[in-house]
Amino acid sequence: MRKTGGLPLSRRVAKRVDELKPSGIRRFFDLVVGRDDIISLGVGEPDFPVSWRIREEMIYSLEKGYTSYTSNLGLPELREGIAEYYTRFGVKALPEQVLITSGVSEGVDLAIRTLIEPGDVALIPEPCYVSYKPLVEICGGEAVTIPTIPEFKLTYEILMEYADSKPKILILNYPSNPTGVSYTKKELEEIADAANELDLIILSDEIYAELTYTGKHVSLASLNGMEDRVVIFNGFSKAFAMTGMRIGYVIAPPDIFAGMLKIHQYCMLCAPITGQIGAVEALKSLDEVDRVRAEYMRRRNFVYKKLSEIFEIKRPDGTFYAFPNISSTGMSSEEFAEGLLMKKNVAVVPGNAFGECGEGYVRLAFAVKFDKLKEAMERIREYVDEYGKGKG
Amino acid sequence: MDSEELEVLKMLEENSRMSNEEIAEVLALPVERVEEIVRKFEDERVVLKYKAIVDWEKVQEDFVYALINVKVSLTRERGYDDIAKRIAKFPEVHAVRLVSGEYDFQVVVRGKSLKDVAFFVAEKISTIPEVRDTFTHFVLRTYKEEGVNLFSDEEDRRLAFVP
Repeated sequence: MRKTGGLPLSRRVAKRVDELKPSGIRRFFDLVVGRDDIISLGVGEPDFPVSWRIREEMIYSLEKGYTSYTSNLGLPELREGIAEYYTRFGVKALPEQVLITSGVSEGVDLAIRTLIEPGDVALIPEPCYVSYKPLVEICGGEAVTIPTIPEFKLTYEILMEYADSKPKILILNYPSNPTGVSYTKKELEEIADAANELDLIILSDEIYAELTYTGKHVSLASLNGMEDRVVIFNGFSKAFAMTGMRIGYVIAPPDIFAGMLKIHQYCMLCAPITGQIGAVEALKSLDEVDRVRAEYMRRRNFVYKKLSEIFEIKRPDGTFYAFPNISSTGMSSEEFAEGLLMKKNVAVVPGNAFGECGEGYVRLAFAVKFDKLKEAMERIREYVDEYGKGKG
Repeated sequence: MDSEELEVLKMLEENSRMSNEEIAEVLALPVERVEEIVRKFEDERVVLKYKAIVDWEKVQEDFVYALINVKVSLTRERGYDDIAKRIAKFPEVHAVRLVSGEYDFQVVVRGKSLKDVAFFVAEKISTIPEVRDTFTHFVLRTYKEEGVNLFSDEEDRRLAFVP
């Protein structure tokens, strides 16, 4: 037996890691293990396969022996392509400001580690993606969550209420996982005003930018005076379905960029070359994204219509998520999700997995084929009729 | 053609079963506008027909298809268009294309059996006075038709829950 010095696990693992809460989704993973009869609306992953053109490029690259490291920064042609691509969201970035990361997750981690010192405050509007808060806490920072129920949006007034906490950064994700809401240019300008007054750096997670259905996505960094305050995160997982390739990128002001690059070169060295080559091709296949967006929009409209007959719900502006308020059923988020899974074989994620204020909501990903989606909506309706108290 | 019209056409080409209401929803257009666009394209014969792509092999009703390369000799009275029109009128003929290269036309023929198709070529196409030669290639299997892959889709390997 390996000698552990007789210490309990909690003493061996660093305290800040030991104290991290496991993801609220873990328990549901266990419930579905070995079952293949469920319709899963729990998957935050596109159901379209990666375009064959992109896959071919990656296959050829392997055949030709492209299996090496790339520069820490990433392939020059990819960085140039991204700088050019981001002009569609109003940002004039130089290739020198683009760092290729292993997914957006790494980018967010790098930025937080670059910016947060013990005691620094990060503002995080909730409900939000599950990683932000733990990443801040790992760095010894204080994650101050801002409940945004029921509009799911920050405003100038809301942000200014947190002035006393002396926040250093704000982590914003729009269109938002899990709520699907996004911001108009005018609303972003308000946030920019607050950021200027509070001297905030904004980490802007724009991974769902291409999946915006109401007008065009506007990047915060495109607003006047914001280019030095905003770190943009984006990647190829959602719009191009390249989730397993792990290719993300950041566009950052020079000082923050330099810090992130240092950490990146020590912990990751570079993003996988095969995925980077695929990403170069992806940027040449933007017309395919238009088709995918149209299909998601069709599903969004359908899901919104069906769910709003049963629940209170905000219409998603983007993403492939809907976030209905299920509290009228008299069940908690977890009760609702577990019951729906056990009784009707439909998997959804309880809203409290995305922050305490998500209690009373569930997240449904409409990244499944239309016929399955129809079936799932019928089952949800049946479930609420049979087990819930119903709307109103 | 404006961008709205182009979008409607693309949607119909992708899935002609989409109703005007559905197209209107996706494109965020009034239903009346979509109806107007569809009617216009039907009237102008831009949209010619709404059709299903069927994998007949799956229902054991496979037809025999043949690609026939046809060489013709032109005369003062009869050009390519005249000959093509004559060939196209046969119901067995699915497509007629004037092509570059060694042959003049590529004709796609569908029949119930090999014999069916062979007789059709021998009796109906080869006997047209301008036809000099025919080269028949029977189709053994179709993998892709009209942009649609006929082999099974890849399985969904995603996990049941992902944040």
